[in-house]
Amino acid sequence: MALTLGACAGISVLTTVGVVVVLLVESIPFFRDVSIVEFLIGTKWTPLLKPQHFGILPLLCGTMWIAVGSGLFALPLGLATAVYLSEYARPGIRDLVKPALEILAGIPSVVYGYFAVVAVSPLIRWIFPQADVFNVVSASVVVGIMILPMIVSLSEDVLRAVPRALREGAYALGSTKLDVTVRVVVPSAASGIMASFLLALSRAIGETMAVTLAAGATPQLTLNPLDSVQTMTAYIVQISQGDTPAGTIEYRTIFVVGLALFVLTLGMNVLAQYILSRFREVYE
Amino acid sequence: MTPQTPEPLARRRRLMARAFELACLGATLLSVVLLFVLLGTVLYQGLGSLTWDLLTRLPSRLPERAGIKAAALGSLWLIGLTTLISVPVGVGAAIYLEEYARDGRLRRLIQLNIANLAGVPSIVYGILGLGLFVRALALDRSVISGALTLSLVILPVVILTAQEALRSVPVSIRHASYALGATRWQTIWHQVLPVSIPGILTGVILAVSRALGEAAPLVAVGAVAYVSFVPSGLRDAYTALPIQIFDWSQRPQREFHDLAAAAIIVLLAVLLCLNGIAVYLRQRYGKRVRW
Repeated sequence: MALTLGACAGISVLTTVGVVVVLLVESIPFFRDVSIVEFLIGTKWTPLLKPQHFGILPLLCGTMWIAVGSGLFALPLGLATAVYLSEYARPGIRDLVKPALEILAGIPSVVYGYFAVVAVSPLIRWIFPQADVFNVVSASVVVGIMILPMIVSLSEDVLRAVPRALREGAYALGSTKLDVTVRVVVPSAASGIMASFLLALSRAIGETMAVTLAAGATPQLTLNPLDSVQTMTAYIVQISQGDTPAGTIEYRTIFVVGLALFVLTLGMNVLAQYILSRFREVYE
Repeated sequence: MTPQTPEPLARRRRLMARAFELACLGATLLSVVLLFVLLGTVLYQGLGSLTWDLLTRLPSRLPERAGIKAAALGSLWLIGLTTLISVPVGVGAAIYLEEYARDGRLRRLIQLNIANLAGVPSIVYGILGLGLFVRALALDRSVISGALTLSLVILPVVILTAQEALRSVPVSIRHASYALGATRWQTIWHQVLPVSIPGILTGVILAVSRALGEAAPLVAVGAVAYVSFVPSGLRDAYTALPIQIFDWSQRPQREFHDLAAAAIIVLLAVLLCLNGIAVYLRQRYGKRVRW
């Protein structure tokens, strides 16, 4: 019995091995045709056009736009909501708001994509008529809404874990509630909050359906958030939807971009876990 | 007389504190309002198209004749298979880690690995499925390729929540069972599992509802939106509700957007039911068992 059950646990390890092997098996032949230097610093990504260019920077630019944009929107909003729920809200309010946000967390990503297409993008284009139909801002807004519950839930947990004695000590010194919250509670929970931000940004980088629908399919280096871009994930979807024969260099780009995505998100997740374990405040 | 804070300074501090509280309250309200705007938009756009015909028609190039029958039944196939695959494996892995594995390098390695897998973007699982199931095992773009891929996506969630449920069973129960001469497996099967089933089930339902909404890995393993039949075997082509919604949202015609909204209402209704059941289980059984 133990062996069978051990095999089940082994499947999780095999999955990781499988991911790495599958990504590498198709990526290594790719790097025989394209130099790693061109891949890393090339500024054009045009695998489907002649002449073909394989510089990942435009896709990275699109991905970073979404991560930064959704972060600008969701990190302050999420942290403020977490602070309110943990420090100010009466238990009754918290019991209403937390499940409501859990509903938000359970909505599939493709629904957020739909929301971007029918509601957010028209609104953005009404405010800025020069914006593309597909643009960074509308994708960032919906991805921001999407990662919000994660930030709220994780940050609220670490805020609540700050012991009461710290708060009461600060009150005893004559602090107002504002001082206690901003100067004592939030700094004490800083590492946990940081980790929740990293996990949320990693989620934003790996997010696929919403950005495919909302950000567009124009891999370009741009500084204008009203432009259309393409993220790494959206590129993978674009190629997967077509009929690219296996073994061609276009087919291999799926795996190469997937490898870059895997390395990026894995790095962020490991960093978040490291921060959580290394900087966890030990009380008493 | 005790020294007093000068009156204007105290007032400013009170005002600042009040402003901060209001700002945080505003953020909370905004988060909740966004939820209602999102759901409201979908309902407003979709209710008009939500008819019985929508549920019973196959997809079509013409919006007035298109329906979600193939997608809904495809989703049902996928979810059924995914549950059959991921639950035994996930619960098995959890039992191994909680009840059998000794604390050591190997256990910590597996645990760390599961935590990391939970953070891998789902499209990467799609690429794994494409390389492994679709190509290497030559299962092609079939419903079984999709189900195997989705199983891998939700496996970490199933394992982690099942572990949580097993861990909440007190050690004394196990010791009592051993004291009566039961073997380890008898203890697990007759004592530990029965009381942890509500917890495991809650986790499984949440994991399955995640699988039901996933589109990205399915696109990578070749689910296509235009499938005008219902799968009748493991090797058949298929489509799924999120794929259908994705396809309709991508089209420029407004009529298709309304259809997408109607399909979203169907999908969200199912998800809400599943989540409701999970919450109910947690409430009902969480209270009944007292150690």
